[in-house]
Amino acid sequence: MQPQPKVLTVLIILSIVLFFGALGMVFLYAPLEAVMNYVQKIFYFHISNAWVGMLGFIVAAVTGTVYLVTKDLKWDIVELAAVEISLVFFFIAIVSGSIWAKPSWGTWWTWDARLTTAAILEMIYLACLLLRQGIEDPERRARFSAVYTLVGALSVPITFLSIRIWQTIHPAVIGAGSSGALGSFGMTPPMLNTMFFCLITFSVIFVTLLWYRIRLGQLAEQVAQLKIETLQ
Amino acid sequence: MKRFGPKIVLRGLDFEVHPGEFVALLGPNGAGKTTFLRILASLWSSTLGDVCVAGYRLPAQAVAVRARLGVVTHLPLLYGDLTAEENLRFYGRMYDVPNLGSRMDEVLEMVGLAPRRRDLVRTFSRGMQQRLAIGRAILHDPEVMLFDEPYTGLDQEACDMLDRLLRDVAGRGRTVVMTSHDLARVEELATRFDVLSRGAIVASTRREDLGKSNLLDFYRKALAG
Amino acid sequence: MQISSTAHRPPSAFLKAIGAIVWKDLAAELRSRELLSAMLVFALLVILIFNFAIELQPGLRSTVTPGVLWVTFAFAGTLGLNRSMAVEKDRGCLDGLLLAPVDRSAIYFGKALSNLAFMLIVEITVLPIYSVLYNINLFNVGLLLVILLGSVGYTAVGTLLSSMAVQTRTRDVLLPILLFPVILPVLLAAVKASSGFLGQLPMSEIWPWLNILMAYDVIFTAVAFMVYDYVLEE
Repeated sequence: MQPQPKVLTVLIILSIVLFFGALGMVFLYAPLEAVMNYVQKIFYFHISNAWVGMLGFIVAAVTGTVYLVTKDLKWDIVELAAVEISLVFFFIAIVSGSIWAKPSWGTWWTWDARLTTAAILEMIYLACLLLRQGIEDPERRARFSAVYTLVGALSVPITFLSIRIWQTIHPAVIGAGSSGALGSFGMTPPMLNTMFFCLITFSVIFVTLLWYRIRLGQLAEQVAQLKIETLQ
Repeated sequence: MKRFGPKIVLRGLDFEVHPGEFVALLGPNGAGKTTFLRILASLWSSTLGDVCVAGYRLPAQAVAVRARLGVVTHLPLLYGDLTAEENLRFYGRMYDVPNLGSRMDEVLEMVGLAPRRRDLVRTFSRGMQQRLAIGRAILHDPEVMLFDEPYTGLDQEACDMLDRLLRDVAGRGRTVVMTSHDLARVEELATRFDVLSRGAIVASTRREDLGKSNLLDFYRKALAG
Repeated sequence: MQISSTAHRPPSAFLKAIGAIVWKDLAAELRSRELLSAMLVFALLVILIFNFAIELQPGLRSTVTPGVLWVTFAFAGTLGLNRSMAVEKDRGCLDGLLLAPVDRSAIYFGKALSNLAFMLIVEITVLPIYSVLYNINLFNVGLLLVILLGSVGYTAVGTLLSSMAVQTRTRDVLLPILLFPVILPVLLAAVKASSGFLGQLPMSEIWPWLNILMAYDVIFTAVAFMVYDYVLEE
C-alpha cells in the first residue's frame, strides 16, 4: 500500500479550507433572502449535495459498465466507492431538503419529481449494497453490482420523467411550486457566487472522499489476498 | 489457471487427451477436480490459459464445444415434475437433435428405462435418475464426455449398471474424462490415470504402464511425492 | 447421428431452444401447479387485505382499483419470479441449461416468456374475481392492453434480476428490494393508464402513459438481453 500521495494530502487540506470558506460565504457573504431568512441558507448545501450525489451516480454507472467490459476489478472498487459516497450525499440532500421544506411550505415532504426520484435512487443504492453483501465471490459480486447499477441508472431518468408527467396532470401538489424551479428564486449575484463556490467545494470534497474510499477498498482487497495466501 | 478472487484453485495445468482415451482424474477433496471439469464443460472460464475441447476453443467457440459435449455430474440435472420422456424431449430440443423420437427410444432402451418412460422423474430412485442423466448426456451423440463423480450415492446394483453403461458408452470411440473417488471401479474402465493434487497434476500414467503395481499404490505414491 | 459440424448453430435452433424452455416450464407447472396456486392464493389474499386496509366503499372503488390491482400483481409477481429461477438453481438444472449449445440469451427469453405467461394467467384469473367481489366491470380492452404491456416490462427486468438474486445468499428477500425501485415507471404508468381506461378518459390523456410503458418495455428487454450473459457466466 503506497503511502498517501501528495496530491491526496493537498486535496484534503483543500477540502477543509474550501469547506470553511464556503461556510463563511454562506453565513457572512451571501445576503439574507427576503422571505426565508436564515432557513434559505440551507439551500446552498442542499443543492451542492444533490449535485455531488448525481455526480457519484454517474460515476457509479459508468465505472460499472467499464468493469463489465474490461473485467478489471479495480473499476469495481471505484464503483462501490461511488455508490457509498453518493448514498451519503444524497441522504444529506434529502434531509436538508426536508428541513428547508418545512418552514417554506409547511410540510416535511413533497412528492415532487426531484425529491421522489432522489428517494428512489437511495433505495437503488441500498439495494445494490444489499446485493453485494449476499455474494462471496468478488468477481461475481462485481459483475452483478455493475449490472444492477446499469439497470438502475437507466430506470432513474424514466422514473423522473414519469413522475414529472404525473405532476403536470396533478398540478401544484404544494402551492408555492416545486423545489425544482431554481430560476424562479431570483438569486442575486452574491447568492449565485456563493452557490457556485459551494458546488465547487462539495465537488472537491467528493473527489477527496472517493479517493480515500478507493484506497480503503484496495487495502481491503490486499488484506483478503494475504489472508488466503497465509492460510493456504 | 483458475482463481476465485484471491483464491487460486488451479495452477499451471497442462492437460491433453487424445480421441478415444478414457482418462480417470483422481485426487483428494479440494484438489480442484470439479473446478477443472467445469472449465472443460464450458461452465466456468479459466482465469488464464487456453482451453480447447473437441477442436474448438473456449470460451470463444463455446457453442460449438457444447454441441459435442456430454456432461454427467452428481446432480442429475433432471426436472422432477416431468416424465423421463419429457426430460429427454426437452434436452433433445435444446440440443436440436435430429429424429428426436426414435433417438429417445434408442436411449431409453440403452439405459434400461424404457418401461418407466412415462413416469415422473420425481419417483425415480437415485440410481435410475443417474441412468437417465447419462441418457440425457448421450442423446446428442457427443464426441467428448465428462463425468464428475457419477457413482456418488448409488447402491451396488446401480453401480453395476453404471459400469455397464460406461463401458458401452466408452466403447463407441468416445473420449471420456471422469473424476472419481472409487479407485476400484475406475481401474477397470479407464485407459489412463491422472492425479490432481492442490490444483496441479502430479502424476499421470497409462493403464499399460501401470503394470505390477496397482492403482492404489500409484495413487498414494503420487500424493505423497 | 452427427449434428452439423459448423461452429455456429442455425437461428432455428435458437428459437427452438426458447420454445423448449417455455414448453418445459409450462408442462412442469401444469403437473405440480405449485407456482400458479401460490401466486393466485397470494394475490387473492392481498386483495382481501386491501378490502380492510383501504375502505373500498363504492364511491372510492373506481379510483383505488388500478392501484390495488397493480400492487397485487407486483407482489404476486415476485413469488413467480423467485420460484421460476429457484427451480433451476436448486436441482442444478441451471447447469443443464448452460450446457446447451445455444446463446445464453435463449435462456433469458425462454424464462422471461414463461414468467410472463404465468403472470398473465394469474392476472386474467384475478380480474373476474375482483370484478365480482367489488362489483366493478373490469372487462375493458384498454385495461387488458395495459396489463399486457406492464407485465412485459415487469418480467423483462424481473427475469434478469431474479437470475441474479437466486445466486445470492439472501435470495427470496432480495428480489423485491432489487426490483421495486427499478420497476416504478411501469407501476406508475400502468396505474395511470389503467385508471384512464376504466374512467374512460380521452386517449390523449392516456397516450403518454402507454408511451412510457412501451418505451420501458423495449429499452429494458434490450438491455436485459444484452447483459444476461454476465449474469450467468462464471
